[in-house]
Amino acid sequence: MDLEEAEEFKERCSQCAAVSWGLTDEGKYYCTSCHNVTERSQEVINTDLIPNTLIKALNRGLKKKNNSEKGWDWYVCEGFQNILCQQAEALKNLGIGPELKNDVLHNFWKRYLQKSKQAYCKNPVYTTGRKPTVLKDNLSHSDWASEPELLSDVSCPPFLESGVESQSDIHTRKPFPISKASQSETTVCSGSLDGVEYSQRKEKGIVKMTMPQTLAFCYLSLLWQREAITLSDLLRFVEEDHIPYINAFQHFPEQMKLYGRDRGIFGIESWPDYEDIYKKTIEVGTFLDLPRFPDITEDCYLHPNILCMKYLMEVNLPDEMHNLTCHVVKMTGMGEVDFLTFDPIAKMAKTVKYDVQAVAIIVVVLKLLFLLDDNLEWSLSNLAEKHNEKNKKDKPWFDFRKWYQIMKKAFDEKKQKWEEARAKYLWKSEKPLYYSFVDKPVAYKKREMVVNLQKQFSTLVDSTATAGKKSPSSFQFNWTEEDTDRTCFHGHSLQGVLKEKGQSLLTKNSLYWLSTQKFCRCYCTHVTTYEESNYSLSYQFILNLFSFLLRIKTSLLHEEVSLVEKKLFEKKYSVTKKKSRSKKARRH
Amino acid sequence: MILQRWCYFIPAIGGKRKKDFAQTTSACLSFIQEALLKHQWQQAAEYMYSYFQTLEDSDSYKRQAAPEIIWKLGSEILFYHPKSNMETFNTFADRMKNIGVMNYLKISLQHALYLLHHGMLKDAKRNLSEAETWRHGENTSSRGILINLIQAYKGLLQYYTWSKKKMELSKLDKDDYAYNAVAQDVFNHSWKTSANISALIKIPGVWDPFVKSYVEMLEFYGDRDGAQEVLTNYAYDEKFPSNPNAHIYLYNFLKRQKAPRSKMISVLKILYQIVPSHKLMLEFHTLLRKSEKEEHRKLGLEVLFGVLDFAGCTKNITAWKYLAKYLKKTLMGNHLVWVQDEWNSRKNWWPSFHFSYFWAKSDWKEDTALACEKAFVAGLLLGKGCRYFRYILKQDHQILGKKIKRMKRSVKKYSIVNPRL
Repeated sequence: MDLEEAEEFKERCSQCAAVSWGLTDEGKYYCTSCHNVTERSQEVINTDLIPNTLIKALNRGLKKKNNSEKGWDWYVCEGFQNILCQQAEALKNLGIGPELKNDVLHNFWKRYLQKSKQAYCKNPVYTTGRKPTVLKDNLSHSDWASEPELLSDVSCPPFLESGVESQSDIHTRKPFPISKASQSETTVCSGSLDGVEYSQRKEKGIVKMTMPQTLAFCYLSLLWQREAITLSDLLRFVEEDHIPYINAFQHFPEQMKLYGRDRGIFGIESWPDYEDIYKKTIEVGTFLDLPRFPDITEDCYLHPNILCMKYLMEVNLPDEMHNLTCHVVKMTGMGEVDFLTFDPIAKMAKTVKYDVQAVAIIVVVLKLLFLLDDNLEWSLSNLAEKHNEKNKKDKPWFDFRKWYQIMKKAFDEKKQKWEEARAKYLWKSEKPLYYSFVDKPVAYKKREMVVNLQKQFSTLVDSTATAGKKSPSSFQFNWTEEDTDRTCFHGHSLQGVLKEKGQSLLTKNSLYWLSTQKFCRCYCTHVTTYEESNYSLSYQFILNLFSFLLRIKTSLLHEEVSLVEKKLFEKKYSVTKKKSRSKKARRH
Repeated sequence: MILQRWCYFIPAIGGKRKKDFAQTTSACLSFIQEALLKHQWQQAAEYMYSYFQTLEDSDSYKRQAAPEIIWKLGSEILFYHPKSNMETFNTFADRMKNIGVMNYLKISLQHALYLLHHGMLKDAKRNLSEAETWRHGENTSSRGILINLIQAYKGLLQYYTWSKKKMELSKLDKDDYAYNAVAQDVFNHSWKTSANISALIKIPGVWDPFVKSYVEMLEFYGDRDGAQEVLTNYAYDEKFPSNPNAHIYLYNFLKRQKAPRSKMISVLKILYQIVPSHKLMLEFHTLLRKSEKEEHRKLGLEVLFGVLDFAGCTKNITAWKYLAKYLKKTLMGNHLVWVQDEWNSRKNWWPSFHFSYFWAKSDWKEDTALACEKAFVAGLLLGKGCRYFRYILKQDHQILGKKIKRMKRSVKKYSIVNPRL
C-alpha cells in the first residue's frame, strides 16, 4: 500500500529507527526500510474510502517484498478454477470438443461462483477484506478472462477484466512479507488466503466446492453436451490418470503455494466413488438452478439402446440380444425422452445413471433368456453344444457355458491386473504438501528420502516390465472374430433359447425370479440390500462382471436391476398379493 | 503451538472412513508379503517401490510405523535378490537408520548381523562401535537393552579374535620371542570382551553364545569361581527364561571341574524335568545308578524309561543296553515295585510302539545288537511269549546265539509276567 496512507504514524521503528511506514493488507503498520511489521493497525476512518483504495490497490499492485517463501496470494476457489481448467483441457485431449471447456464448463463455474457468493456479486465472501490479485495462468485463455456480464451485477469482480491493468497488476504484485514479530498471527496455516476459513465455512444452502465436486462439474458439462462419455467412463479415466484429479494441484503455478489446510482441500487421497459423484452432480445441478438439459433422444450415445449395444459388445454377448434389450426399454418406458433427460429443477426422481441402467437392462434380459438359477442356463448350454457339434457350418447357437468360461478367464485376469495396478499406485506428489513452514524442510527431506529409496529399488526391477501408460479407451474388453484364441460371440445366434410362436419369438424359458420382492413403502424406493449368498452363482458372476466394468458396487447394480424389473412387471407387482407365485419368485 | 496442532486436523472428505490410500497401501503390503513367501524377489521389489510412499503417510501413526516395516521387508528383499549386493544393502541400511530416531539402534544391530553373516567381521565391528555411541533415548529401557546387545555382539566378535589369537599362542613355544606379545594381545582382547558381554548377560534372556564364550575365557584364565557364578546365575536365576542349554553348560562345566556327584545329579535333575529325552539323560542314569541313595537308583530306572518314551530315541542302542542291564539288576534286587510303577503307565502303548512284529523284523535287519537288547527288555516286561522275543529267539546268529540263549534263561527267571512272582 502507499506511503501516503501511513503518514499519520509517526513513531520510530524499533528495529531500524526509521520513520517511514506503510500499511500491510491487514491494515497494520510496517516499516518500509526494514519491513518490520508492528502490531499497530490503522483505524479505518471512513468506509467510503475503501472501494477507492481497492481500485488503487488493484491498479498499482501490492508493493511488498518479494518473498519466495510465501508465493502469491490466492483463494481456494481460484485453485479449483485452475483444476477445472486442467480437467477440461484433458477432456479436450480425449477428443471432446472445445466448447465444453470454453462455454459450458466455464459458464457453469461462473454461475457457481455467483450462487455461492464468491464472485460476480455485490458482497463476495472474503473475511479479511483483502482483495485477491489476478493470477495470470488461470486466465491463459481469453475466454476465461473475458467476463461479459453474463449472469450478475458486477461491482467488484475479483477476476480481472480488461487486459492492461491485469497485466500490470501481475507484474508489480509482490507477496506478503513475513517477519518474525508477527509470525503468530500471520501463520495462516494454509497457502491459500482463505484455506483455514474455507474448511470451516458451513453456510446453509451453499454447496461448498470440493475435489469430487470438480468431477461433478465435468460430468454436468459432458451431459449438457451429450458427449459419448458416461459417468463410469469419466471416473475410470480419472483412476487411470487421464484426467487430473489426484495431485492435480501439482500443476498449479510455481508461486501458488499449497500447505496447511489446503492439504485437506486439494490433497485428496481417494478415488472418486460413482454414487458420491452422482449425488453431487444432482446437488450441483439443483444448486445452480439449471434449466432442463438438452434432450436425450434415440440417436444419442447415452440412450439405453445405444449403450446396451456398447456393453453387449464389450462383454462379448451376441448382437441378437440387442433386439431384446430394445424391447425391454420400450416396455419399461426407459427410452422416453422425458425419462432420460436431466431436469434439475423438476422435483422428480432423477435418472442420470445411464450406464448403470443400460447394464441393468442387459442383466434383466439375461435373466429372461437363461433364468440364471444355476440350472437352466447350463441345460440350455448342453443343448446348444449338441446342436453346434452337429451343425458346424451354420451360425452357431450361443452357448452360455462357453461364454462363461471365456469371460470368466478374461475377467479374472483383468481384475487381477487392476488390483495389482491399484496396489502400486503412487499417491504422493513430487511437490510434498506440508503443514507449515516449520514442517517444510522435514517434508522435503522425506520426499527426497523416498525418491532415493525408489531409485535404489528401481535398479532391482526389470525395466521392461514397467509398461507405459495405457492410452484411454472406452472399451475395457475387446473381442474380434479373427482372434482364434478367444471365441467372439457377437455373431452367435439366440436360436437355442428362443422359440417361434406364430409371428413372434418367445423365450424358451418361461420362468423368472425377481431380484427383490420388497420395496419400501415410502417414496425412496429403497430396496433390500444385496446379500450375495441368497443368489445363484451365475447371477453373482454377472453382477460382479458388470460392476467391475463400471467400477461400482454390486449392490448398486442389483438395486438398479430391481428397479428395472419393477417397471417391467409393474402390473404384476400391483396384484402380487392376490396372484399366486406362478410366474415369479422361485427365489427371492 | 496450539495453532499448529489445530492445523493437523484434516477433515474427512466425502464421508468415507477409510481413504483409498490406506486401502491400496495395505494391499501393496500383502502383495509384498506374498511375493516374499513365494521367493519372487523381483515382484517384491516392484511393490516395495510403491510402498515407500507410506513414509509420507498423512496418518502420523502409520507414518511412524513405516520405517520399521520397510526396513524388515526391504532388507529381506535385498538379502535375496540376485541383483542386489553388499553395497546396495549397506546404502539401504544407512538410509533407513537415519529416518527418524527410533530405529537407529535396531537397524544398526541387524545391519551388523547381516555383515557378520557375510563374513565382513571388520565392517560389522565398525558398525557396532558406531551404534554404541548413539545417544538418543538415553533413559529408555528399549535403548538400554539394544545397547547391551550391541556391546555383546561386539564382545562376541572380540571373543572370536581372542579365540584365533589363542590358537596362535598355543602353537608358539613359551620361549618364543613373540610369545609375550601375543599373550598380551590375547589378554587385551579378553578384557574387552568381558567388559562388553558381562553387562548383557545380567539381563534376563537367552544368551547362549555369549555365555559360552564368556565362560570359556574365564576358564582359560583360571577364574573358576567367576565361571561358576555366571553359569549358576544363568541356569538358576528365576528371572531368566527356562533354558535347557543353561543347565547343560553348567553340567559340562562341573564335569570338567570334577565336581562331586551329588552336585551333578542335582543339576541334571532339572534338565531331566525340562528335556527328558536329552542324550545327557544316559549320563544322568549312570550317575544315578552309582549313587548310594535308593531314591536315586529308582530315579535311574525312571530316567531310562523316560528317554525311551520318545520316538527320536527308539533306536538308541545305549539306552536299550542300559535298560536291559538295569532291569535285570532291579528285578534281581527285588525291586519289582519299581518296575511295575514304570510299566503300569506304559503297558498299554509300549508293546505296539516298540515291540511289534514289524519292529522285530526291521530292527533285526538293521541292527542285530539293538534287536537283542530290545528283545531282552521285551521278554522281561512282556514275558517270553511276546512276539518280539519269540522272533529274535528264532533267529539264527553266530555271535549272538549264545547271548540269546542266556537271555532266554534270564527272561524265564525274571520276567514280571512270570506266574511265580
